[in-house]
Amino acid sequence: MDYFLELFVGGLTRGSIYALIALGYTMVYGIIELINFAHGEIYMIGAFTALIIASVLAMSGMSGLSVLVLASVVAVTYSAAYGFTVEKVAYKPLRQAPRLSPLISAIGMSIFLQNYVLLAQTSDFLPFPNLLPELEFLKPYAGFIGSTEFIIILTTTLIMILLTMLIKFTRMGKAMRATAQDRDMAMLVGVNVNSVISNTFIIGSALAAVGGVLIASHIGRINFYIGFIAGIKAFTAAVLGGIGSIPGAVLGSLVLGFTESFSTGYISSDYEDAFAFILLILILIFKPSGLLGHSTSQKV
Amino acid sequence: MSYRYATKYAAELRRPFVVALWFMFLTFPIMVIRVNTIENVVEWRWMNMMYVGSGSFALSLFWRYLSGRKTPEGKRVSESREEAIPFTKRIFGDRRIVPTAIVILSVFALIFPFIFSIYQTNIMTTALMYVVLGLGLNIVVGQAGLLNLGYVAFYAAGAYTYALLHYHFGVGFWLALPLGALAATVLGILLALPVLRLRGDYLAIVTLGFGEITRLILENWNDFSFGPSGISGIPRPGLFGMEMNIQEATTYLYFLMIILCIITIFIVNRLQDSRIGRALIALREDEIACQAMGIDKTRVKLTAFALGSTWAGLVGVVFAAKTTFVNPGSFTFLESAMILSIVVLGGMGSITGIITGALILILLPEYLRAFSDYRMLLFGIIMVIMMIFRPQGIVSGARRTYEFHKEEK
Repeated sequence: MDYFLELFVGGLTRGSIYALIALGYTMVYGIIELINFAHGEIYMIGAFTALIIASVLAMSGMSGLSVLVLASVVAVTYSAAYGFTVEKVAYKPLRQAPRLSPLISAIGMSIFLQNYVLLAQTSDFLPFPNLLPELEFLKPYAGFIGSTEFIIILTTTLIMILLTMLIKFTRMGKAMRATAQDRDMAMLVGVNVNSVISNTFIIGSALAAVGGVLIASHIGRINFYIGFIAGIKAFTAAVLGGIGSIPGAVLGSLVLGFTESFSTGYISSDYEDAFAFILLILILIFKPSGLLGHSTSQKV
Repeated sequence: MSYRYATKYAAELRRPFVVALWFMFLTFPIMVIRVNTIENVVEWRWMNMMYVGSGSFALSLFWRYLSGRKTPEGKRVSESREEAIPFTKRIFGDRRIVPTAIVILSVFALIFPFIFSIYQTNIMTTALMYVVLGLGLNIVVGQAGLLNLGYVAFYAAGAYTYALLHYHFGVGFWLALPLGALAATVLGILLALPVLRLRGDYLAIVTLGFGEITRLILENWNDFSFGPSGISGIPRPGLFGMEMNIQEATTYLYFLMIILCIITIFIVNRLQDSRIGRALIALREDEIACQAMGIDKTRVKLTAFALGSTWAGLVGVVFAAKTTFVNPGSFTFLESAMILSIVVLGGMGSITGIITGALILILLPEYLRAFSDYRMLLFGIIMVIMMIFRPQGIVSGARRTYEFHKEEK
């Protein structure tokens, strides 16, 4: 039973991280129908920035919670800035182009960002300091839940609630929903579509950076390649839940997290990454619209 | 007068200046700071910031210049278009130039291994392999418009077919060549069958997942593929049982690749104008209209996948024979991305373009050694820049157009 609970918490933790990244995919797809291939890289850059800032601060004598807060804030800011810039450089000029063009551009951007970090930093795995505090009251449950897991799940839940409120109740959220529904019509009624798209990229990237900081302190090491696999998995989660749907992305991420956790726990850990791909292929074949998505018919 | 020019230039320069500042800010943590966590030292590389600043300033100016040419100011666009078509026509359409160019090229190709070292010949062979791979992927991506990001899986299928058949049954190169192609074709059809219903971008992701699954299987299924350590001792191709030293074998492989290249170019060229080729292009342009014209969508897509993967399988066998060693490390996503950038740079659907693209992308990093670290970085940039400024590639595919001329009396 303890093993089951451990796997359950493991799945929930993975699922929460995937959800943070998957939201970026699903929001961007919902608005401009583009698979933002570079999104995984934004997450990786978030983790790297946090690592760099945290190390510099730690060496200059700061400690504890202030390092965590400062590093996270800088990481989130920078990731958002990268997301904003990537959109302006690689996607905005291609908004009217055929569908494959922005996709190829996105793949190019992803390769570029990976190699940019590889060349500017290092190809080795870097040890990531555990910035998250130890929680005393979790001691009795140490068998299956650690404080990092607890903090990850708690943070993700909070962020989900905030995001839902942002989209449901604010002016910006309303504009985003309008743009997702019909971009041209939104433009006609006076929504500034360009700034809505920019905001979407900024929010998505900021969420990815939070995911980056959390997962990096959980696993304890990062390199330039972590974004690729995480990106594909989060994308799988987004498709599983129905791409374009925000609750769908969260649900899909949790399903994927549990699938991975239980299948590696009970079947085999050799094919950890393959499970996600197999799941992805199966969904796309049998239910391309996903769990919560609605199917759209192709218009002539 | 001069004052007015000065303000005009100042306005032109203001934006690049802002862009440069923005990029200096953006790249600050990653370009400038490097932390050595073992010795607890922070390295500040301020010079990098200077490079980023000046580089992005220049690039931004260039970007503005390019976008200025692209913007719909009407006159400028039509001007450049009128120039562009006669230019490609002048080069490739002139009856006198083409044979001369072919003669020069073939003489050069013939004497190449005898005037350059083994090393150079080896690189050239690699480049030729990528030419064939590019042409194969072009059938799927360029002609049929199906973005295949797992092309490397078929390449791996060819290579592993030869390696495994040799290991278990002692099968030679010449028998393995068609078998490898067959294995890749079957794999292509197997992949295509379930994913045919998918739309463009989903298809791309599924093929990407397929490529990664193939690599993961090769890495983890030790009994089948010998895991990450791979299979070594694969023989080079033989020629009627002749004994060859390394130099001769390299030269032989080079000529083999030349022949394979010529065959590929011939077939792909014939394919373009065939019934299937036109069906592929129709499919790329508009699926619904294409179906309405009575084209069996499923069959055409299957054909495209099968044809594309056949070439990958063939080159895979040659790859195994050339390196005499295969392991899963050679078949990563980056390989697929590289072949894709060859197709994108060269121009989707254009044979001349893809040959040029492959030669540029493979040979340039080899000859400019200082460059080779930046190879993948460059591929990424090329994909983005090409999509934005020249989506048709350096040599745009010659679309068959019917022109209407008023009869002159």
